[in-house]
Amino acid sequence: MTRMVVSTSPHITSKSTTQKIMLDVIIALLPALIATVVIFGVYPLFLTLLCIESCVFFEYIFNRIRKKEQTIKDLSAVVTGLILGLNLPGTVPIWVPIVGSAFAIIIVKMLFGGIGKNFANPAMAARVFLVLAWAGLMTQKTNPVIGTDIGYFSFFNYAFSINPGLDAVSSATPLGLVKATIETGGSPLQSVNVLSMLLGTTASSAVGETCAIAILIGGVYLLCRKVIDWRIPTFYIATVVVFTALIYSKSQYVGEYILTYLLGGGLLFGAFFMATDYATSPKSWIGVTIYGIGLGVLTVVFRRFSSMPEGVSYSILLMNILTPLLEKIKTRPYGVPKRNIAKEIGEKFKARSKKKVAAEGGENG
Amino acid sequence: MGKSNNKLGSVFTNGIIASNPVLKLVLGTCPTLAVSVSAFGALGMGIAVTFVLVCSNIMISLLRNVIPDKVRIPAFILIIATFVTLLQMLLQKFVPALYDVLGIYLPLIVVNCIILARAEAFASQNPVGDSALDGLGMGLGYTLAVLIMAIIREFLGAGSFFAFDFMGFSYSGEIGNLPDYALNIFTLPAGGFLTFGILIAVVNQISMNNEEKKKNKAKRDAKKIEKAKKDLDKEEVAA
Repeated sequence: MTRMVVSTSPHITSKSTTQKIMLDVIIALLPALIATVVIFGVYPLFLTLLCIESCVFFEYIFNRIRKKEQTIKDLSAVVTGLILGLNLPGTVPIWVPIVGSAFAIIIVKMLFGGIGKNFANPAMAARVFLVLAWAGLMTQKTNPVIGTDIGYFSFFNYAFSINPGLDAVSSATPLGLVKATIETGGSPLQSVNVLSMLLGTTASSAVGETCAIAILIGGVYLLCRKVIDWRIPTFYIATVVVFTALIYSKSQYVGEYILTYLLGGGLLFGAFFMATDYATSPKSWIGVTIYGIGLGVLTVVFRRFSSMPEGVSYSILLMNILTPLLEKIKTRPYGVPKRNIAKEIGEKFKARSKKKVAAEGGENG
Repeated sequence: MGKSNNKLGSVFTNGIIASNPVLKLVLGTCPTLAVSVSAFGALGMGIAVTFVLVCSNIMISLLRNVIPDKVRIPAFILIIATFVTLLQMLLQKFVPALYDVLGIYLPLIVVNCIILARAEAFASQNPVGDSALDGLGMGLGYTLAVLIMAIIREFLGAGSFFAFDFMGFSYSGEIGNLPDYALNIFTLPAGGFLTFGILIAVVNQISMNNEEKKKNKAKRDAKKIEKAKKDLDKEEVAA
């Protein structure tokens, strides 16, 4: 031994940095982005780029004004912008992504202390904010332009329009159809089929979430790179399947309902890219289990019983807020002996009875 | 004389700035969030609270030596409820529009923490004049905070400024075609909490900046005095 280095812990460091992890997430989101452009045209891509730019811009400005260390290089703002952009309808005017980005970065992320300290996934919170703020614009459904005579550059005329785009609107999202069939009692797969849901050529109010294949590719990439915790998407999706089967067990179309709920909405996108946010998901086994099951149950309950067809964003927001409480459920730390509660109570009882004896005069009086 | 004037002034301004009931003490949050949807309702609520606060403070201060300590809270509530009932009847008779806007939050003034807190912390221990002034200051502080919140929320959430419908006069307050672009969330409770949190943050930041300025000034003054002392010493040595 030639040299001995004396240093304080930590002694083992990993090569992964925030920047690398975020780069992986960006790579994983690229298939969904490409699919979005192919299916919905160029305007959604423009909106997504606008989201990314404004997210980075707002983080830069905030750090400058608050005289803090510049954090835009960790790419987390880019990821927030990318996710937010993919979660917008394809025909919103340009101020919607800008206001959404400002809310995500300034209020949800930076005011709470920046990366790692946000109380909810910024993109998710921004989407919920936008839905509440401009319900009409944010719930309009965009029709795919692929396979129609609507040109790829045609949605740009909505850039300054406050009215929902008329020729792009349709009501036939897969989950919307489910809502309709709950009352009429038909099969939810009458006018959409599984193939179109896998390829993403269905109408949607969030352009990036339609193409199940692209999202699965990204999700598997993240799992292989060990960027996200495999337990969260697994528990989430499994719970949705089981709970859907339970709720629709009386219907003769259980299988169809499960397929639509799996592939038809934002479930896959939410499960892989939004529920797995580090700062807002629990780490312990019991925490993750409750988190995943809670997400699944809430999603199905919102989809089945609320007035809206989709519930992924609300359930993720709710479970994000619950995360600090779930983290408090502590398992036994390493190196600590198991607590023997019976023994502890016995000892307490003994001590008390001794005290009592002493107080009453006792043997030694 | 100057000193006592100063003290009265500080009793008055205390409620408006230094310990603003809404933004600094975070009291009476429920009616604040509920009525700050429109500036008109907020102004009405502010005036109502100020009225009750001044009257109850005066009454409680007058009776502060009569009320037994053990039953003071029920006694305070009884006095406050008297004035609230009075106010409610007056509003219902003469300003029904405001009465409808305030709704349940008008009778709830009885259990508003601001009023009870001032009764308990100030009026029951201070002379009548100070108590009245304290009530007025606190009431104005409340009005100011609610009004600022309501103007922000009304502007962002409905695209209008001070819309009202009062004694036959009405004014829509709409600014151009801004209502088409309005962010609906600010008229919802979620937007209320957002505005509330950001306003508290801004006020805290301002008061922190002020304190820092004061500290810096004190430091500079101390340095000046030291310098003057040194100069004196030098002169003495020279002499």
